[in-house]
Amino acid sequence: MSNKESINKTVMVALLLCIVCSIVVSSSVVLLKPVQQKNKALNLKANILAAAGLLQEGASAQEIEERFASISAKLVDLDTGEYVEPSAVGKDAALAYDQRKAAKDPSLSEPIPSDKDIASIKRRVDYAKVYLVEKDNEIETIILPVSGYGLWSTLHGFLALEGDANTVVGLGFYEHAETPGLGGEVDNPRWKAIWPGKKVYDLDEGDEPKLQVVKGAVDKSRDEAIHQVDGLSGATLTSRGITNLVRYWTGAEGFQQYLNKIREGV
Amino acid sequence: MSEVTAKKVLFEPVFSNNPIALQILGICSALAVTTSMQLSVVMGLAVCTVCGLSNLAVSLIRSQIPSNIRIIVQMTIIASLVIVVDQVLRAYAYEISKQLSVFVGLIITNCIVMGRAEAFAMQNPPVMSLIDGVGNGLGYAVILLAVAFIRELFGSGKLFGVEILATVNDGGWYVPNGLLLLPPSAFFIIGFLIWILRGWKKEQVEAPDYKMSSHKVKEAF
Repeated sequence: MSNKESINKTVMVALLLCIVCSIVVSSSVVLLKPVQQKNKALNLKANILAAAGLLQEGASAQEIEERFASISAKLVDLDTGEYVEPSAVGKDAALAYDQRKAAKDPSLSEPIPSDKDIASIKRRVDYAKVYLVEKDNEIETIILPVSGYGLWSTLHGFLALEGDANTVVGLGFYEHAETPGLGGEVDNPRWKAIWPGKKVYDLDEGDEPKLQVVKGAVDKSRDEAIHQVDGLSGATLTSRGITNLVRYWTGAEGFQQYLNKIREGV
Repeated sequence: MSEVTAKKVLFEPVFSNNPIALQILGICSALAVTTSMQLSVVMGLAVCTVCGLSNLAVSLIRSQIPSNIRIIVQMTIIASLVIVVDQVLRAYAYEISKQLSVFVGLIITNCIVMGRAEAFAMQNPPVMSLIDGVGNGLGYAVILLAVAFIRELFGSGKLFGVEILATVNDGGWYVPNGLLLLPPSAFFIIGFLIWILRGWKKEQVEAPDYKMSSHKVKEAF
């Protein structure tokens, strides 16, 4: 017994245990990484398709891949609204650009002044990755990445617009941690079904984003109803967060320039 | 511990010596993941796996572990197993692991796992320890499932994501009870479950810490 408690023995046991455990942990991480990354990529693709209304429920991985192949990714300079080559971010293809990683990279993003940071995301990328669904050389759907703070968490998702760069096709979030049953209802298909057909801008009045989530139900008799979406009951702050993030990303700091250019037909 | 049979070791923790209901351990994750049956099943399986394997590992090297670092040794083994389980879930059950998020990692701090390693695996042979770990995981899972059944059915009108009660949000008649989706409701439900369990198995009722004395009115006048 005394041998078991000696310092040498203690150090030995601790060392051996550490080695064994670290081998087990690191090999599980290394071995499973490819499968995990595939899952993650597939999840992202499914969400892009879902926002554009191109995804049927229960689609298999293969169907998702096939449908996604018809979508092209492009990089947009948010300040000018022009497309840029993938080489601007040091990548071979636009698809390889990770916008969320870029948002943390000082060379690819800028801090947002606090008075403009309505979506509370702190940093904005210089170049955003948009997805386009094209048919006969005309843009059918524009899928924009959006993110912003809700109640507990930053919501990450996609806002899809029609080729007129104004009418909403869909909005969906692939990552958030809002309260299940309250703010978490952003995932409710019935709520998401309200979005299609809403207009982001009132183009007669200029290019200020008008789209918002209101408290309670939308009064359909009023003119603004086309820009308004019913609020989530019991989730005022999440609803407000979604208004802010949609306005931010369709506003001057976001894709406003780009969408203007699309409307002009450039 | 005179007659330690496998069956007893496996099933005793389920009702007679339930880790949540009797020992009141592992409450934290029981509050967090019981909003749906599916999550609870996966969480229950994860805890069964971690608890079983950590008991096995600790028991295998129990005669080698110096007593002054035994807690850290157990912790290291448990933490490694939890990371492995988390990685496996992320690879093969991506959707669920996204919903469980941090709570898989928090199995490390689940007192049940460490409690069993320290209380059982340190004194018992490997196979028995494995069974004990799985049994305690089952006991945990049973309570989780019972709580999740109530929370998912009355909180969102579903079971395993399949609609049972058509909710108002989806055009039905059932107004879901929002409280059941929030963590405090699990406290109430676990409380009621413990009450029911102790009503059934009277020997689980603890001796009162103090005796209520009868009320005496002092005459003021």
